[in-house]
Formats: sequence, C-alpha cells, structure tokens
Amino acid sequence: MKDRPSFASEAITAEREASVKLGLLRRSPGLWLTLAIALVVGLYPALTGNVAVREVVFTMLLSVALASSLNILLGYTGYVSFGHVVFFGLGGYVGMFLLSRGMGLWLAAPAGGLASGVLAFLLGKAILRLRGAYFALATIGINEAMRAFINNFAPFGGPTGISLNFQIYTGYGGAGQALWLTYYVLLGLAIVSLVLSYLVKTSKFGLGLMAIREDEDAAEVMGVITPNAKTWAYILSAIIPGIVGALFFFKNGNIEPNDAFRLHFSIEMLVMVMLGGQGTVLGPMLGAAGYQGLRGFLVTSPLFKDVQLAVAGGLLLLIVLFIPAGAVGWLRQHFPRLRALLP
Amino acid sequence: MNLLASLVDGLLIGFVYGIAAMGLTLIWGVMNVINLAHGPLIALGMFGVYLITTALGVNPYIALILVALVGLASGVLIYAVAIQRVINAPHLSTLLATFAINMIIIGLGTKVFSTSPYTIDFSLGSISIGPITILGTRLVAALAAVIVTGSLYLFLYRTRPGKYVRAVANNRAAAELMGIPSSRILALSFGIGTLLAATAGGLIATFFPFTILAGGAYELKSFVIGVLGGLGNPLGALAGGLVLGMLEGVIPAFLPNTWVPVLEFLLFVLILLVRPSGLFGAKR
Amino acid sequence: MKRRFAVLISMLMAVGLLAACGTQAPASAPTSAGNAAPGTGAASSKTVTIGFSASLTGASNVESTRQKNGLQLWMDQVNARGGVALADGSKVTFTAKSYDDESNKDRVQELYARLINDDKADFLISPYGSGPTDAAAVIAEQYGKIMITTGAASDSTYSKGYTLVYQMYTPASRYLTGALDALAQAKPDAKKLAVVHENDKFSTDVSNALKSYAEGKGYQIVLFEGYDTSTTDFGPIINKIQQAQPDAILGGGHFQDGTTLSKQLYEKKLSTQFLALLVAPPEPKFAELGAAALGVVGPSQWEPAATYNADAAKSAGIEWYGPTVAEFVKAYKDAYGEEPSYHAAGGYAAGMILGKALEQAGTLDTPKVKATLDGLDLLNFFGHIKFNTSNAHGLQIGHDMVYIQWQRGDGDKPTKQIIWPAAATTAKLTIPLR
Repeated sequence: MKDRPSFASEAITAEREASVKLGLLRRSPGLWLTLAIALVVGLYPALTGNVAVREVVFTMLLSVALASSLNILLGYTGYVSFGHVVFFGLGGYVGMFLLSRGMGLWLAAPAGGLASGVLAFLLGKAILRLRGAYFALATIGINEAMRAFINNFAPFGGPTGISLNFQIYTGYGGAGQALWLTYYVLLGLAIVSLVLSYLVKTSKFGLGLMAIREDEDAAEVMGVITPNAKTWAYILSAIIPGIVGALFFFKNGNIEPNDAFRLHFSIEMLVMVMLGGQGTVLGPMLGAAGYQGLRGFLVTSPLFKDVQLAVAGGLLLLIVLFIPAGAVGWLRQHFPRLRALLP
Repeated sequence: MNLLASLVDGLLIGFVYGIAAMGLTLIWGVMNVINLAHGPLIALGMFGVYLITTALGVNPYIALILVALVGLASGVLIYAVAIQRVINAPHLSTLLATFAINMIIIGLGTKVFSTSPYTIDFSLGSISIGPITILGTRLVAALAAVIVTGSLYLFLYRTRPGKYVRAVANNRAAAELMGIPSSRILALSFGIGTLLAATAGGLIATFFPFTILAGGAYELKSFVIGVLGGLGNPLGALAGGLVLGMLEGVIPAFLPNTWVPVLEFLLFVLILLVRPSGLFGAKR
Repeated sequence: MKRRFAVLISMLMAVGLLAACGTQAPASAPTSAGNAAPGTGAASSKTVTIGFSASLTGASNVESTRQKNGLQLWMDQVNARGGVALADGSKVTFTAKSYDDESNKDRVQELYARLINDDKADFLISPYGSGPTDAAAVIAEQYGKIMITTGAASDSTYSKGYTLVYQMYTPASRYLTGALDALAQAKPDAKKLAVVHENDKFSTDVSNALKSYAEGKGYQIVLFEGYDTSTTDFGPIINKIQQAQPDAILGGGHFQDGTTLSKQLYEKKLSTQFLALLVAPPEPKFAELGAAALGVVGPSQWEPAATYNADAAKSAGIEWYGPTVAEFVKAYKDAYGEEPSYHAAGGYAAGMILGKALEQAGTLDTPKVKATLDGLDLLNFFGHIKFNTSNAHGLQIGHDMVYIQWQRGDGDKPTKQIIWPAAATTAKLTIPLR
C-alpha cells in the first residue's frame, strides 16, 4: 500500500494544480465531467421512462455511492476496510426499524446514516490504531460480530428481520411512485458522494489523508493529527452507506441479517474501487458501474448464465493482472495531460 | 460431566480448524497475501477425497495423501498464474487476484457439483467413556492434524527449503541478497498453504457433510484462529484452533448457542487490539 | 498527441459500450413471438410468457432447479396438447423466461422488473425461498402482475396487503404442527419437547409457531434453542439436549444442517422417542445417512406416495383437476430421470394452477384471472388448493403437509413411509424411533 511514491507525488502535484485557492468548481473540469456522466446515465431512465433500465441503473448507482464512500478511506487514507458493508447493514436496520414504527423515509434514512456515522466514530477510536492487514481483519470481525449480534437482537426481529407493509408505499404516492422516489434520492446520494469525494481529495484535510497513506509516521511528524484525520475519514466513508442501506431495504420491503451484512458484498465494493482506480474520484464510479453492468450482463446472458460467476472471476483476474492500477489509474499513468479531466 | 463432553468435542474439532488456519497464516506470513481463495480450496479438498474414495473405492486416508499432493501442485500453479505478477503490486491487488480465483472455483464447482451436500460413507466406530462419545474419524483427524503440524515444523526448521521459506518470510530482500531463489520459495509456500487447506478439507469430509460452498465458514474461522495464534505464525495456528474449538464447545453450556459467533468475533477484534501478535506470540 | 487523444476517446467509448451492454443487449433481444396483449382479437394462437428467477448458483441451486424442472414439465405438456383454450376460441401456449438470482435477493427486484418490462412476462412465478419471494412480490404488485409463489412458505408475505400474490405451499406456521399431532396420537404421555432450529427466518418462524401450538396443547418445552446456519459441529447442542431429557426433538432448518444433526444425534447415541426435522428428511438423498436416517420424521409439501385422487375430491365436494399422482411421477421420471421431490411437484402445480385459472377465466385479463384464482377450490395431485381472500390475501389455506418417516425396509435399507395425516398413511409411526 505504501510503496508507490511515484503515483503519490504525481497525485499530490496534480491536486495542487487543481485546487489553487479560488473557484473550486470552476477550475475543476474533471469534477464536471464526472458529474455529467453520472447525471446522463442517472437521468436516462427518467427521460425514457424505462423501468427495467431504471432497476439496472439503480443497482449501479447504489454501488457508485458505496464505492465512492469506501474510496475516501481506502483510496485516500490507505486503510483497507474489508467489512464496510457493516455500515450499509446497520443503516438499513436502523432505517427499517424506524420506518416500521411509522416514521417517514425523510427522517428514517438520515437516521440510518447517522447511526452508521456514530458507529464509525466509536469504532474509529479503537480499530484505526491498527495498520495494514490487521485493520482489514478487524473490520471483518466487526461485521461478523454485528451480523451475529443482530441475529440475537429481538427489537430488530432477530433472524426474522423486519418487514414493511405494502401499504407504506401509498404514503409516497403508491408503490410505483415510491420506487421512482427512491431512485431519485439514490441518484442524489450518488452525486453527493462524488462531490464529497472530490472536496475531500482537493482539501487540506484530503492532503493530510494522502500523507497518511504514503507514510503515516512521516505524516504525524509533518503535523497531521493522524488519529483525528483517520477517524473523520472513517466517519465520512460510513454515513452515505448508512443512508443508502436504509433506502435499499425500504425499496426491498424487508431486511434480514444475512442480507444486510453479506461479507461478499463488502469484497465486491473493494473490487469496484480497485477496478476503477483507487484514490481517484472518477475511478470508483466507473468501477462500480462497470462491475455491476458486467455482472448484470453475464447473469442475464443466455450464453454465460450457467457459468457467469466463473467468467466474471476470469475477467476480474485478467484486469487485476494486467491493469493493476485500475482504469483511471492506468489512464492517468499513460496520459499525464488528461489528469485534470480524470480526478 | 456435560461440560467435559463438550470440551472433548471442541478440542477434537479444534485440531482440524488448526490446520485449516495454518495454511492461511503461512501464506500471510511468507508473502503478505490474504488468500481469499482459502475457503474454496478447502472445499476442493473435501471433493477431492470424495471423488477418489467413491471412484476408486480406496480408503479416505489414502485419498487424502493424493489430495494433499494435488493441493501442493495446484497451489504452485495458482501462484504462477494469478499471484506472481502482482506480488509486488499494491497490496490490494493480491486480494483481488485471490478473490477472482475464489469466484472461478465456486462458479465452476457449482456447475459440476451443484450446491447439494455430499457425504463420504465411512466410519471408524466410536469409543464411549461415560457420557463422552468419541468418534473414530474425529480422533484420527486430530491425530493427523498433529502429524501434519509436526511435519511442517520439521520442514520449516530442519530442511534447507524450509529455512529458505522462513528467511523469505523474515525479509524477502535480504533473503534474495543471500542468493535464495525467492520466487520459487514463494511458489512453494503458496503450494504448502494450499496443501494444508486441502488436507483440512479432506479430514473434515470424513465426518461432516459438505457442499461446494462449505469452505466459506472455515475460511472465516481461519481468520479468527490465525489472529488468536498470531498472524504469520503457522504453529500458533494449531493452538489457536484448539482455543476456538474449546470456546465453541464450552460457551453453549452457559449461553444460547447463537451467541457463540458474537463472542467469537468480539474476542477476535479484542485480540487484534490488545495483542496483535496473538495469544502466544511475544508482546510487541 | 492528437493521435493518442483519439485512442483515448475510442477507449472511453468502448468502456461506455461495455457498461451499456449491461443495460441494452438483453433489451434488444426479441421478445416472445406474438406476445399476447389481451384483446388482440380472435387470433387463433397466442403465447404467454411466464417469468421467474431461478437460483442457478448459490445455496438454493438444487431446490430451485427442481422447481424449475417441474414448471418446465407442465409447460411442455400443455404446449404439446396445443395449449389452453380461451373463451374466444383461441389457444394459448406458454414460454418461460428466467434469470439467475444467485440465491440471494440483491438482484431479484432488478430481474423481475426486467422480466415484466423487457421480456413482457404476462404472469410470474416466485423465486425459490421466502426472502427473494418477498422482494419479488413488491415488484409484481407494483406492476399489477399475478405471481404464483412456490418454494416460499413464509406467512408474513401475505400479511403485507398484496392482492396478486398466491401461495402454493402450506405456510411455515403449519409446517411442524402435524408432526406434533402424530406424536400425540401415537404416544399421548410424551409431554417434554426440545425445539432446536436453524437461526434463520424460515426455521425460526416455523419453530415459534410450533412453540405456541405446543404450549396450547399442554406440552412442556424443555429446550428452545437456535443454531447458526453454518453450524457443522452439533456436539454442544446435543449435550444440551441430553441434559434436558426431552421425550421428543423437533426443529431443524435446511438440508445440510438437518442431515448433519441427524447423523450426529445417531453417532452420539442419544435416546429419544421422536425426532422431526424440517426440509431434510423428505429428500431422497437423506437415505444416504443409512442407519442414522431410521426413525426420523419430516414434513413434506408433497410425496410421490401421496393419495390425493378424484374420489377424495368427490367425497369432499370439490373439483378434481389435472393428472393423477402416478401420471405426474411417471412423466417427471421420464423427463429428468429421478423421482420428483416436492420442489418439483410445487413447480409443476404452480404452472398448472395458473393454466387452470386462465382456462376457467377464459381470458388473459389480470383482474378476471385474479377473480378466478380467488374463487379457486380444487383438489389435484399436489393436494387441496384454496387461497385466503380476506385478512391475509393469497395465503394458502387448503393445502396440508404430509409427514414421512424413514423406516427399516428390505435389507435394512431406509424406506420412506407416510405416517400422517391419518387418511394418507402408508405405515404406522414407529415409536421410539430406534
């Protein structure tokens, strides 16, 4: 993780160019490009009214928001959170618990985000002391402990989970309308996660994080208060997954421990960030959309549907072996002049 | 008396957990790779013993030796195909490479075996002492685990390639300067890790039913055990396995059984925080 | 530099195409020929598309595949007969469209939305499993599509206000209660029960329902405990059971844990009068346990030895419909080379009930088909089918479980016998089990 000085210094100088004092947004074509892609793809189902495409894009946007959030910790700070799905699951549970008690989505979903943020704050104080694989393993432990705990936790329904009555959707203009609503909210969240990612990356705070990524001890010496910076990065990377979790399970209508805390999903998030290019703003978005698009294609393709998992694994292996820096990382290495466009 | 029975059960299964974890932690210790294909490799060990036993009608323990050899070879092969290229790339690349292997094995395995359970029809009878009933197959498995651990110890400390493995684990750059062919040693280590995973799988298959997805649970347990025994310390893994087996046997006597994983994983996180070198390692 | 730029642009476009093919390619695939929009005149032949997701990968792959096979068999048979006749004289044939849901519900809503919108599915069958079915039901209801659920026993799906979802299976709340009735009849003085169950939604629902039923009948629950889904070593639980000294053990979960638990109970030589477990015992593969399978009781949605027939329908005053049990078993064996399990029978019956509703309604019009389904009350090879139409719309209230026990057969090989309900028994319940 800490052995790529060339990539790092390149990143930092490019960032410095991009974030000189004034007019953050005006001087950042890369962010505009990123948002434009997200909006075009995100609004396509709305303009055409094609619901099947909406469902596919929903899965993509969900992953974009998650991967982009994870990237703040993984890509900028260099901490591999292996069990990041814990925030998705906890947010989902808190949201569903409140929804089932009659609270509206507008409060329940942010409450899910808040719960995840608080969890990250509490955990951060403890486990962010660990480095490298030790941190990664601790996050797995946290996720599994949480899954097992919720399985025993009666207020959240234990193994039975929580279900919503279909009537709940009438409060949002009927089921059809409610699904569009969750879609738009998710699109908004995906955009927020991208902007947040960009703001963090170009801020002084973000520079501190990247310094931690390159050499934590040196960063400390240089005056970065590393425990605080890391904890904030962790919290920022946890809030949006929490909200997204609440939204996803609201749309699904029910939640169970094994759906909420699926470790496999956590690993998929890492895959998405890596495919697109960790430590970039655009990368996690492309990685998430590309990964989900490809999986969606393989699952429904008559040719591959039997062996789609193995084919996806083979493709992943090829990409990891031959484009280890991810798509955006590769582009940035080979086309230095485009860096402003590829944040 | 009941507690004693549970304790014996737990300890016996703990030996097998131990070897499963040993493979994971050896690979971690030597090459800093978290092997996400560990679970599927355990499952392949199970199916290997099953196929050889049913197709050739041989004793499962003879099949196990064959499976171990095949495991060694396929570990070396996996290393050459999937790991070698990215061993020096950013840390996460190896994670993704092994995850890709995981997907490939599970995908093809589901196609071939489906996800239905298989059992090896084999029994060695049982011994009863008071309320304690010990199955022959489990006793043999524990014994086999001790033999495997002993052989690994001898290999690592008494043979030249074993010493090379430890040297590479300690400091790869220095080892290379001393003329140790590190690339070959890394491949060998991955092979041994796979051998251990396959062996553990094969032993488990002699007494538990299994599916192609069954390795996942043991992979998670291996993480816990690896940390209990000290990451990168293959011999500590056996002790870690015994501790985990014991906990699984004893906790249900006092709490509902469903709390076992909660306590297990909390303990896991706690040890990472308090004693990252493991229960038995030197304090940092 | 310019050339490099061109390369780059083309690369970007390639990436875009790749992402797009996820959304576009299947959409452009030709939808089923002559898709039957209701009221397209008196065309002589229409094709109805039945959409569903199946688990080609993941944990439910075996059960789901059998369910799919059953449905396919019905479809092949009905198409070979020329289809179902509608009121306007036209005939409809059926075609299936399905995707892999990987045994989890992450993608289920995406797949069902695609089935409805892109593949123009006219009617839906549920995925295998209660969790994915719950997720699919939201989509079905939202688009006003009728969905017949099979392989999904959860009661709670039907208390959510759906109006178009119909259940084929006996719901979870009645899964093990019959086993208790059988025990009560054979051994009235057995009063202490141990309930050990997999700690997941389905098994917990079943066990909770069993618990309240048992307590109402004056049973004493001496142990009520869950175990994690991935449990392989039941030693600690068996020790607890031993301590509690129950007369009977009930519970279980799915195939893997059920077989493992049975095997270890046998190996540990635990003495008990009665052992009834969910899901695993009815599976033919359960017999591979050999002596450990003997005496184990299990609830089954359906068995090849079931005795439903036209006479029974007549004496109950309801309609008999479809093939006899023997005809179905033979056709399935011919097609797939194995004895049908209840998953397969459920898949076949789900299609058949849908076909029956179309035939009786004489139209493909959803409200009319729905009204027909609401009024349906018939007996067929799978059992009695009748749906709740009031407080839990769509819940199955006609169908009953049958209970099997593995008993010693020729050459000591375990043989499956039906021991409950009384009307369908092929042998008496053996107590104590070993």
